[in-house]
Formats: sequence, C-alpha cells, structure tokens
Amino acid sequence: MAVTLNEPRTKDSPVVRRGAGKNWEKWGWVYMRASGLVLVVMIFGHLYVNLYAGDGVSALDFAFVAGKWASPFWQWYDLVLLWLSLIHGANGMRTLINDYSISPIGTGLKKLLSPHFIMKSALLGATVVLLILGTLVIFTFDPCPVSSNPELLPSFCPAAS
Amino acid sequence: MSLKSTQLPTPTPSKSRTLRPTSLLNGRISLPKRPAGTVYRGREGMWSWVLHRITGVGIFFFLLVHILDTALVRVSPEAYNAVINTYKNPIMGLGELALVAAIGFHGLNGLRIILIDFWSVGTRNHRLMFWIVIALWIVLMLGFAPRHLMHVFGAQ
Repeated sequence: MAVTLNEPRTKDSPVVRRGAGKNWEKWGWVYMRASGLVLVVMIFGHLYVNLYAGDGVSALDFAFVAGKWASPFWQWYDLVLLWLSLIHGANGMRTLINDYSISPIGTGLKKLLSPHFIMKSALLGATVVLLILGTLVIFTFDPCPVSSNPELLPSFCPAAS
Repeated sequence: MSLKSTQLPTPTPSKSRTLRPTSLLNGRISLPKRPAGTVYRGREGMWSWVLHRITGVGIFFFLLVHILDTALVRVSPEAYNAVINTYKNPIMGLGELALVAAIGFHGLNGLRIILIDFWSVGTRNHRLMFWIVIALWIVLMLGFAPRHLMHVFGAQ
C-alpha cells in the first residue's frame, strides 16, 4: 500500500494548547514580584511607625490604633497592606502545598478528603475570611466608641479624660 | 594497573582524627563524604531559598494572628488592650525581634530574586547579591535591635 508523504515542512494540524488563554501561574509569578516590591516599602513604613518611632512597641494600645485610623491615609495604607500581604502570603503557601503535598489522583469524595485539597481549601477559606474581616474592621471602626472606659480612648475623643 | 572500586585496599586506621578513612583510599580516590555538591546544593543559592521559605511561612502565620488581634479594636478598647498587654513581655519582645529579622531577610532576599529574574547579569551575580543581602540585613538589625530591646526591657 502506498503511503503519501507530505511535502517537507508542511504544517501539521493546528496545535491545540492545553489551557490556552490565561496563564494563571505566570500572573501569580508576576504578582509575587510586583506586590513584593510594594510590600518592602510599605512594611518598612509600617514597622517604622509602629515599632521604631516614639516609644516603639511599648506604646501600642487602642488609643494608638484609633489615632492612626482616624486618618483616611492610614486606613487606606493598612487596607492596601492587608490585601497585598495576605494574598502574597497565601500564594506563597499555595506554592508550598503544591511542593510538599501530593495532589489527589481521584475525584469526588476521594479528592475532597485528600490532605492536599483540605489544606488548599483551608488556606483559601482563611484568606477570604481575613480579607473581608480586615476590610470591614478598618472601615467600620469607631475611634471613640461610647460606653467605653474614657481613659482608654485617644485624646481627641470628646469623652476622653 | 588500574584500580577498581571493588579492589580498593582497606584503609589503615589513622591515628589522626582529622583525616577520614574515605580520603585515605590509596591517596588517589576520595569518596564523597556526603551527597556530592553542585553549584547550587549547599551553597548560597540553596540557603537563600531555604531561608526565604522558612521566613515566609513564619511571617504568614504571624500575619493571620496579627489581623485577628488587630480586629479586636472593633470589639472594644478593653478587649484590644487586654490582648496587646499579654504581648508586652520579654518573650514576645524577642519574638518581635525575630519577626523583624525574618521580614528583613525575606524582603531583602525578595529584591535579590527580582534582580535575578529581571537584571541581565542578575543570575551571574546571585551569590554576591546574597552576601550583600546578608550585609544589609545585619545593618538593618543593628539599627533596630538595640532600640527595640530598650523598648522591651526598658522602664515603662
């Protein structure tokens, strides 16, 4: 039986790339570097103001935090810090889970009960909950709550003693 | 006559403890005492990676706790101060020093990783950059540690 050979360098049928389109791992890689660059600067500022300036860590209390978050600047500073750092950390932990835990072979219940899947679910759950919690805390925060001990409030509160 | 590994003479026990039997095989063959090193293993490249992982994990779990304890400002001034006051002791103070040390290394080494990835000669100079990271980290800690320890151990 005669076999017909294609001309040299004839194109094969179009290559079908797996998961063609968005390369999520690449964007994760880009995110780690972009956010890391910002975080180096912002965490330096965070540590300087909270641990180095003034009386450092011994000055931390409610009045200190309330004094900062009375200003939109520090509210937004800490919000950006929260989102950038927690997603940066979670993506790093995702890398470690991928490195040290075998991904499940099965599907269904076998997959749901695998340590790999449980750890990734816990990681995602903790990250989402803390992002929402932190965001709500920063923007629903009242620096001068009524019915609190006036001695604990920042000096600008009407009730402060 | 070529010496095959199966014909190696039994090394004579040495009186000197500094020389190991494996380095005495006929004075010609030195068997590795541990898995053979590479340009990566056991050197700056590996240790920067190890330290980056360990510090990263530590910082991540601190961050989880840090977000939760800070969220207590939304509960009440009393609740927040009660928890923060449990941190104000020498053990936690040293923990804060370790935290800053971990963040300092992770951040500086992260900048080194970015330079390795994006700087045309970054890969060639990654080992030199590791030692620059260590040097900058030492300077950072020398600036922070004395002041922080004064805050922790000093009079209120």
